[in-house]
Amino acid sequence: MTAYRPGPIALAAAILIAIFLLMPLLAVVPISFTPARYLSMPRGSLSLVHYRELFENPDWAQSFFLSIRIGVVSSLAATTLATLFALGIWMFRPRFSAALVGFVLLPMIVPPVVSAMTLYFLLTALSQATGFVGYDTWLGVVLAHVVMIVPFAVVLILVALGQVDRRIDLAARGMGAGVVQRAFRIILPNIKFGLLTAALLSFVLSWEEIGVTLFITSVNAITLPRLMWSGVHDNIDPAIAAISVILIVVTTVILVARMIFAGPSQEKH
Amino acid sequence: MRKPATALSCLFLIGPLVAFLVLVYVVPFLGVAEWSVTLPTPGVTQYEKLAADPLVFSVFVRTFRICLTVTVATVIAAYAIAYVWVRGTPLQRRIAELCILIPFWISVLTRAFGWLALLSSRGLINTWLIDLGVLGEPLTLVRNELGVVIGMTHYLVPFAVFPLASAMRSLDERIFLAARGMGASRLRIFWSIFVPMTFSGIIGAALIVFVFALGFFVTPAILGGGRSIMVAELIYLRMFQSPDWGLGAAISVTLVVIVGGLLALLFRYARLGNSGLVQ
Repeated sequence: MTAYRPGPIALAAAILIAIFLLMPLLAVVPISFTPARYLSMPRGSLSLVHYRELFENPDWAQSFFLSIRIGVVSSLAATTLATLFALGIWMFRPRFSAALVGFVLLPMIVPPVVSAMTLYFLLTALSQATGFVGYDTWLGVVLAHVVMIVPFAVVLILVALGQVDRRIDLAARGMGAGVVQRAFRIILPNIKFGLLTAALLSFVLSWEEIGVTLFITSVNAITLPRLMWSGVHDNIDPAIAAISVILIVVTTVILVARMIFAGPSQEKH
Repeated sequence: MRKPATALSCLFLIGPLVAFLVLVYVVPFLGVAEWSVTLPTPGVTQYEKLAADPLVFSVFVRTFRICLTVTVATVIAAYAIAYVWVRGTPLQRRIAELCILIPFWISVLTRAFGWLALLSSRGLINTWLIDLGVLGEPLTLVRNELGVVIGMTHYLVPFAVFPLASAMRSLDERIFLAARGMGASRLRIFWSIFVPMTFSGIIGAALIVFVFALGFFVTPAILGGGRSIMVAELIYLRMFQSPDWGLGAAISVTLVVIVGGLLALLFRYARLGNSGLVQ
């Protein structure tokens, strides 16, 4: 990678795009410190009033804990299902592997609004059978989130498996190790960082999911993004800026930490 | 050829996710498809409405127009940053990677709100321009089609970067050495070699972006301010404001058919089927 580096024009273009990509994330920072009750730039005086609002209004805390609960359960379920699936594809290379992977990636490719309508159909139908897992219940949201995040987990785990040297698995097999032994003692330990990443990023995706959640909740299962949606869509509440700043900072810290631990990702997608 | 025990453990590993998705995703989608021909009355009236109702039709036309604009803007932007991400110095590559991944992992809602903070009449840009005396009145940058295009392009750039970067990485380094050796300028190498050789990545990225843009809901709803409604928002409004589930379902089925057709094109022409995920 030495013969052909980007020249000044390419660098200038990339810098402009980088600014475009980061600008809206930076713009919420000054807005979150405005003392006014409406969306505006702080003029002269800064205020933490919108951050205090997040702590004082119980709605925010409730949604926060609900989102954490949904995120943890969805992430564990999605990572487990995705790990089993990816192991199966990697170890056995069944016929139609490409078609099978394509199939489980569907929820990522199908327009989110169609997924939302589909899951709305499922959950309203389930509601009639049981009040437990259905429309506007937290387990219903978990079910929907697992569907939406599982393709991302599958991609991440397949990428991680792609880095594993097949010969160590072959060696284990040659020494007579069974499927379970190979999976738990050879393959999974080799991709534990990939699994951790998949679980963490699944959590982030569930934590932030709004496109589908909006269709399947009304008053009981208000996740954090659902609460933010009301604050953005109905009236623009600067508390949204405060919560956005917190979310952006947390996401950035996670990504930078991941990059420091893993090094720059070489072959992604 | 395979031992039955192997087939069984393979099924045990692959089966749960496949079965789960069939049960909670495929079967309910068939239910939605059924709604589209049974609600409110059995028949294909909803599909006739899609083709004939000028209001519904105009929403489809607007959606296609916005998606095309967004696709062109996104692919150009993604090409520029993917280029540095793949070919830059290690430091440039790290910075580019962070600029791609940070927005990628931040919620669509937060990002749309960020644009609102930047573009609205009391937002950053208008405040600055008025303070500097450039403007007397704030510009209307948001709650219109412009805002929707900006917000969607921002959302979709990372999705276009991945296929572009993978096409750029697959190029053989020696080609550039050869071109250099024959005396080609940097610009010449870029236009005559680099761009044509990454063309499959460009087509792949464009189709992915177009497909993603088609069903997009949150960004247009926030940045369009209800004025430039796209297909996905129409589904939402039909379902929750004027309960007309049949029409919402019919639009959903139509979207899936369009997306399916585009994906068939993608696999045929961009050969992304072999993206390295299945080894």
